[in-house]
Amino acid sequence: MTTMERPVLPKLIGARVKRREDPRLIRGRATYVDDIKLPGMLHLAFKRSDVAHGRITRIDTSAAEAMPGVVAIFTGRDLMALPGATRPVGARGTYAAKIGAGLPPMPIGTPFPSPAHYAIAPEVARYVGEPVAVVVAEDRYLARDAADAIVVEYEELPAVVDPELAMQGQPTVIHEGFPNNLALPYVPMGTGVDPATGAVDNSAIDRAFAEAEVVISQRMVNHRVAPNAMEPRGVVAHWDAGKEFLTIWSATQNPHILKSMVAAVLGLGEHQVRAIAPEVGGGFGCKINIYGEEYVAAALSRILERPVKWIEDRSEAFMATIHGRDLICYLDLAARRDGRILGVKMRLIADIGAYNMLLTAAIPTLTMLMASGTYDIPAIRCELTEVFTNKTPTDAYRGAGRPEATYFLERGIDMLARELGLDPAEVRRRNFIPKEKFPFTTQTGAVYDSGDYEKALNRALELAKWDELIAERDRMRAEGRLVGVGMAFYVEVCGLGPSSSLPTGGWEHASVTVERDGRIRATTGASPHGQGNETTFAQMLADLFGVPIEHITIEHGDTAVVRQGIGTFGSRSQAVGGAALMMAGEKVRKKMAKFAAALMDANEEDLVFENGMIYVKGSPTTGKSFAEVARYAYIPVPLPPGLEPGLSEEAFFEPPNNTYPFGAHICMLEIDRETGEPRLLKFFAVDDCGNVINPLIVEGQVHGGLAQGIGQALFEEVVYGPDGQLLTGSFMDYALPRATDFPWFELDRTVTPTPVNPLGAKGVGEAGTLGSTPAVVNAAVDALAEFGVKHIDMPLRPEKLWRIIHGRAQA
Amino acid sequence: MIPTKFAYRRAASLDEAIRLLQESGGEAKLLAGGHSLIPLMKLRLSEPSMLIDIGRIPDLRGIRERDGLIEIGATTTHHELATSELLRRLAPVVSEAAAEIGDPQVRHRGTIGGSLAHADPAADLPAVMVALDAEIHLKGPNGWRAVPAASFFQDLFTVDMAPDEVLAAVKFRPVWHAAYAKLHQRASHYAIVGVCAALSIENGSIRSARVAVTGASTHAQRLPNVEERLVGRQATQAVIDEAASVAGDTLEDVNSDIHASEEYRRAMVKVFTRRALERAMARA
Repeated sequence: MTTMERPVLPKLIGARVKRREDPRLIRGRATYVDDIKLPGMLHLAFKRSDVAHGRITRIDTSAAEAMPGVVAIFTGRDLMALPGATRPVGARGTYAAKIGAGLPPMPIGTPFPSPAHYAIAPEVARYVGEPVAVVVAEDRYLARDAADAIVVEYEELPAVVDPELAMQGQPTVIHEGFPNNLALPYVPMGTGVDPATGAVDNSAIDRAFAEAEVVISQRMVNHRVAPNAMEPRGVVAHWDAGKEFLTIWSATQNPHILKSMVAAVLGLGEHQVRAIAPEVGGGFGCKINIYGEEYVAAALSRILERPVKWIEDRSEAFMATIHGRDLICYLDLAARRDGRILGVKMRLIADIGAYNMLLTAAIPTLTMLMASGTYDIPAIRCELTEVFTNKTPTDAYRGAGRPEATYFLERGIDMLARELGLDPAEVRRRNFIPKEKFPFTTQTGAVYDSGDYEKALNRALELAKWDELIAERDRMRAEGRLVGVGMAFYVEVCGLGPSSSLPTGGWEHASVTVERDGRIRATTGASPHGQGNETTFAQMLADLFGVPIEHITIEHGDTAVVRQGIGTFGSRSQAVGGAALMMAGEKVRKKMAKFAAALMDANEEDLVFENGMIYVKGSPTTGKSFAEVARYAYIPVPLPPGLEPGLSEEAFFEPPNNTYPFGAHICMLEIDRETGEPRLLKFFAVDDCGNVINPLIVEGQVHGGLAQGIGQALFEEVVYGPDGQLLTGSFMDYALPRATDFPWFELDRTVTPTPVNPLGAKGVGEAGTLGSTPAVVNAAVDALAEFGVKHIDMPLRPEKLWRIIHGRAQA
Repeated sequence: MIPTKFAYRRAASLDEAIRLLQESGGEAKLLAGGHSLIPLMKLRLSEPSMLIDIGRIPDLRGIRERDGLIEIGATTTHHELATSELLRRLAPVVSEAAAEIGDPQVRHRGTIGGSLAHADPAADLPAVMVALDAEIHLKGPNGWRAVPAASFFQDLFTVDMAPDEVLAAVKFRPVWHAAYAKLHQRASHYAIVGVCAALSIENGSIRSARVAVTGASTHAQRLPNVEERLVGRQATQAVIDEAASVAGDTLEDVNSDIHASEEYRRAMVKVFTRRALERAMARA
């Protein structure tokens, strides 16, 4: 037995450990898709529609074909092997045989009816930016030159831009078989709705409104925004013709889903595809979707038998990567004069753009699911209509449906408080679901796991010094300044989710291997792209095994290394992936304890893993080093009875439910009376995401979420012209917030663990976007209260506010 | 950044740059900081066959005082303007305006010459140069030429400059009672409206006034009706308010876009004219 003194290792769960990922990211030593360079690699450029809606009448590729360095050009008809395919270019022979039946329409992940959506539009272009042809060339510049040289003629069709006109079939219908542009004509949810049959009984919701002493009614728009990941999308596909094996690198949030879907679309088995998400520079939901460019790259590598690369440029990202939000809500809120809410109606109209993508149709259903917010509302009725327009398709964007619900409800509650002359905090408090009632089933069917809303609200009010804040606002107002204070409370659905709630399955996978030298290699099916799981997961294993964090590597993002996985979205990595990791880790630890017990002639239950040692409880100076036990497990002479050699285990964690983190955001905002410019003066956020592995990372996630939530309220907006042209196609016109636009964020937390996973962690990736947006708009409405304004649609453009202040009609 | 193919030449001298421009037959573009040109090339709105890099010509960079004039070389960056001790002493308005351009990256690369020659309708420095009555010094095959800023800016992206001329420097007199006030476009941080006011005040009386606006219309230009209401009057708030109240009334072709309608821009011209005048007057 060794008695060497060993350094004492601090416990890392709960510690502010700096992100291990950052040094390589900051120093430019990370490998992104665009850093992948393969011998013989060709480059793709897409010719994209410059009309919002047009029937393709002619595609002239002759000039492009003639350009040196151009290898091939494919139209939609060519690649889909549809009637009317032109012959492939040049003297390189026909590719038709290899295309076979052609690329089928792209699959989606929701069960609703959907029009055929081809990776390259074969007949009709339905939004500006939709691919109509693809060029393959020897370098990226030539590819782009050739794409520019392709001439596409369209019979222009009327552009459908306004979703509420679109619902009446005006000015035209975009997809055959979807009359009045209704992607989903009518989906009800809530009180009196039978989820099995869709049968609707209005008696309870009607009674709530009949008994109401006050009814708030407001149309609101949660407008369209662009995700703007720092790294645009990109893909490299390499078909190994000898092995008949495809390797695809992509800036994706979920390489395992990519693998499955690419295999299905290309008619391959999943054993023939390896998907790799190398370093991924942010996603915010937009890299969940599997895009046409990924299928096309894979197909072209197979057809041409050469590696191909496509890297999205920023202009393409604005029009060809999914957009977020874009939901109209007609809100009706019934209440008593004491502020008690009796019923809520949300009639929702989702402008989903031109096609259904992977989760498009499902996102607004999450808005319905979360319509009860943090409140015990006895009657809720949501009705959703999804509408096609000639715009970029929408899909998941940070929060994905839940920020919309929070926004509509929290605006409504603020309007109610104002109408009744009550403190907005008090109105919220009177309606909160009390902590004794958890788990709580809302009228929309969500089962909230745990919550203590009053505690978080109280903490936020303390942090913001609410009464002083109001007094300060009033002093500033007395000086003639336009100052407002706003608050919002939110609850999120995170840790997605049980397999019943996701088309991919909702589990997560992990493996943990203690190597022969005692170092630890773990894999996770989560695919972090900014979340910091390499750090938090290593913290967990460091504590579990009592070893230094430097001895642990967390691998992710490669389906050849990570056997199974779902991916990173819906704030699930820690809650679901972290739980799987702990399960796998505990299996290994248990087995390792058996080896240690044999080696030390001890009882395995008495062993402690600490400071790089395994020892019998109470005897920390005598024991075996972690490495020594690891070595024994791999060279087991003698092999303890009943044990296999080795220390490598895997686990799947299937959560029994989602998690429901929550919090309160409060802000103070001033509006320049002369110009209408809004400026945040103070911002406070109290978030409860259950148990916290690393407060530094949680705060970073909250900061990022606040930036995007406030960004939506104040700055960001995708704008289309009446002709369907994208008017915000660059950062010259699409305003992202800057650090200097924000005040210091005052953050705090309450801790209400979840019972649905062994970590008690709920997830925090999206939370910041939920409370912040309505808090800012509530503050702006408060600031402009003297002008009798009840509601202002986002974003809070200075001119819009100036028009309210100066009594001018909105432009 | 996927521009069309272009050649790149680095000019060692002003004369070499002029010669290369001539040889290109109007197909070349001068490259200084590149912060207007390269985005246009990226979008393929500009497809020059050659870039002539003038960024390393030694004589073109720097800020000096000579013969009672401040002289700024064309390739001086916005950051250098913003942090120049000389400017902060003799013409602080130039530093202040430069500090409001874009973001730190833009200010470290973008140049005064590039900004003026490009003449974006919403660029900041053109209004400052017009208000300061600066001379724009150009050199071409036939030698030097000086153009007053007020006539240099002619229209949208249009300046009094031949295709084979190079903008080499600007010169203007020191000015103390001058200020620039700007409403930022929140995406690009160009000016929705930017107003530069330059006054000379003697014994509390406004001896001369030059007020110029950018962002509002096709190009930076003076606001003569504002200036008329200032010259010869006492430097008081009432005078400023009255003058600002007519600001922009003579402007034609006022811009309107998703960030600001014509109505709003016209209102903002008055607000920012008043703010610029107040700050210019208040400078102790």
